[in-house]
Amino acid sequence: MRINCPYCGPRGNEEFAYLGDATVRRPDPAAEDAAAQFYEYVYLRDNPAGSHRELWYHGGGCRSWLVVTRNIRTHEISDVAFADAGDKP
Amino acid sequence: MKYSAFALLREAFRGHRGWTPAWRKAEPKPHYDVVIIGGGGHGLATAFYLATEHGITNVAVLEKGYIGSGNAGRNTTIIRSNYLLPGNEPFYEWSMKLWEGLEQNLNYNAMVSQRGVLNLYHSDAQRDAFARRGNAMRLHGVDAELLHRDGVRRMVPFLDYDNARFPIHGGLLQRRGGTARHDAVVWGYARGADTRGVDIIENCEVTGLSIVNGRVTGVDTTRGTIRAKKVAMAVAGNTSRVAALAGLRLPIESHVLQAFVSEGIKPAIDCVVTFGAGHFYISQSDKGGLVFGGDIDGYNSYAWRGNLPIVEDVLEEGMAIWPGLGRIRMLRFWGGLMDMSMDGSPIIDRTPVDGLYLNAGWCYGGFKATPASGWCFAHLVARDEPYPVAAALRLDRFATGALIDERGAGAQPNLH
Ligand SMILES: Cc1cc2nc3c(=O)[nH]c(=O)nc-3n(C[C@H](O)[C@H](O)[C@H](O)COP(=O)(O)OP(=O)(O)OC[C@H]3O[C@@H](n4cnc5c(N)ncnc54)[C@H](O)[C@@H]3O)c2cc1C
Ligand SMILES: [Zn+2]
Repeated sequence: MRINCPYCGPRGNEEFAYLGDATVRRPDPAAEDAAAQFYEYVYLRDNPAGSHRELWYHGGGCRSWLVVTRNIRTHEISDVAFADAGDKP
Repeated sequence: MKYSAFALLREAFRGHRGWTPAWRKAEPKPHYDVVIIGGGGHGLATAFYLATEHGITNVAVLEKGYIGSGNAGRNTTIIRSNYLLPGNEPFYEWSMKLWEGLEQNLNYNAMVSQRGVLNLYHSDAQRDAFARRGNAMRLHGVDAELLHRDGVRRMVPFLDYDNARFPIHGGLLQRRGGTARHDAVVWGYARGADTRGVDIIENCEVTGLSIVNGRVTGVDTTRGTIRAKKVAMAVAGNTSRVAALAGLRLPIESHVLQAFVSEGIKPAIDCVVTFGAGHFYISQSDKGGLVFGGDIDGYNSYAWRGNLPIVEDVLEEGMAIWPGLGRIRMLRFWGGLMDMSMDGSPIIDRTPVDGLYLNAGWCYGGFKATPASGWCFAHLVARDEPYPVAAALRLDRFATGALIDERGAGAQPNLH
């Protein structure tokens, strides 16, 4: 599996560290149901058998956080972009 | 048909023409008391114990491929009960006890071999951690021995004791640990369940769950609709997909784990050895192949295959403890689908849907759990209450905070 880093170009996946699902969002700790929301955010995952948006960190390269869109059945990567502030863990 | 030395002798004289199939090719019936989804080790063991321990025999095991085509037939066959935490250790020890009587109980040769599992340690700190784990095991009545370097050297003299980076200081040994023949475990449970009336239905994928007023009433499959009073999921790497049919989101990610086997060589290693400075484990099969593996690849995957960086990593770790491995040819490697839970421990519990039960989160270590998982899941399904040694394996522990995190890695499945 090679990830096409927007800054460094295509690199082997051993240069990257995987964090996981990029669609979960850190909830507002002041919300009334914060405990329930944090439980979902920390533990529950869709884990789909198909397209997955996920966070990878290019530790062996430019040290950027990336959002990779990958088909989990085939490992085929359709999109790689820099993570923005909302995506970052 | 009962297997015995006498039956073998009789068949030897008859040219082995009298053997009958070990289980029937069952056709789905319209209704069952219990439908088990997943014909891996856990689903089949559950069916077996439902029949033998609870007298429930109107049961179907639905398997989308052939039985044992999932992780049950892909694992590296290590069995052990050397866990640290009180939520896990009594459960895995119960499994070890069931392994010890399994072949008599099933009348099937599962090649259970208590050849010993030796975890190497490579630093003073790691020795302390292993001593703590050994003490925890002994407090639960489980055998554990802390070996020093010389003790390890007597068992496995050919390891590299002079490795400057990862010197072998000793090991934690569980003599009752070992290996079992994975396919035989599947076949033995299948035969045992079938003999008692359970229908094992292969090539039957569950595609929908029917739920009426919060209660499960049956399943849709590629071979038609089947009604059931209770439905029990034991689908390992496909857990999130099947649970999604009931609208459930679970604390689980699917990851790929690879395993490797070498060409057959003469008997070289007569126990299971694990490398403590990374993640590598090795044993030798009865055919002579060295069977080994290491870490999961570390990213979500349903692809049944991994990538080369882990191949390199596993082989490097193997070479670090056993340089002689470099002279042996690799025969093949493959991958399986891990149901990695958020704390690295399994779940055997009810779900928010009445009559729907969950057996999942086995990560890369559910083969050893097969007997106890089946035993405890059958108990839960039959009686609607957990079997005591599995009482901590709850689904709601992620909400309540009563996690069972052996590794101390937090909610990061690829680190467990
Ligand atoms: C490479 C590798 C090495 C391992 N090494 C070890 C080890 O040394 N020791 C150890 O203890 N554990 C080990 N494990 C883990 C162990 O194999 C698993 O935890 C265990 O087998 C999971 O339980 P199971 O046998 O029921 O799973 P599986 O055999 O995967 O059974 C699940 C079944 O469900 C079926 N299924 C899925 N979806 C559906 C559906 N919709 N309808 C019908 N059927 C469905 C699948 O086809 C599959 O047959 C290893 C795993 C792998 C992959
Ligand atoms: Zn980069």
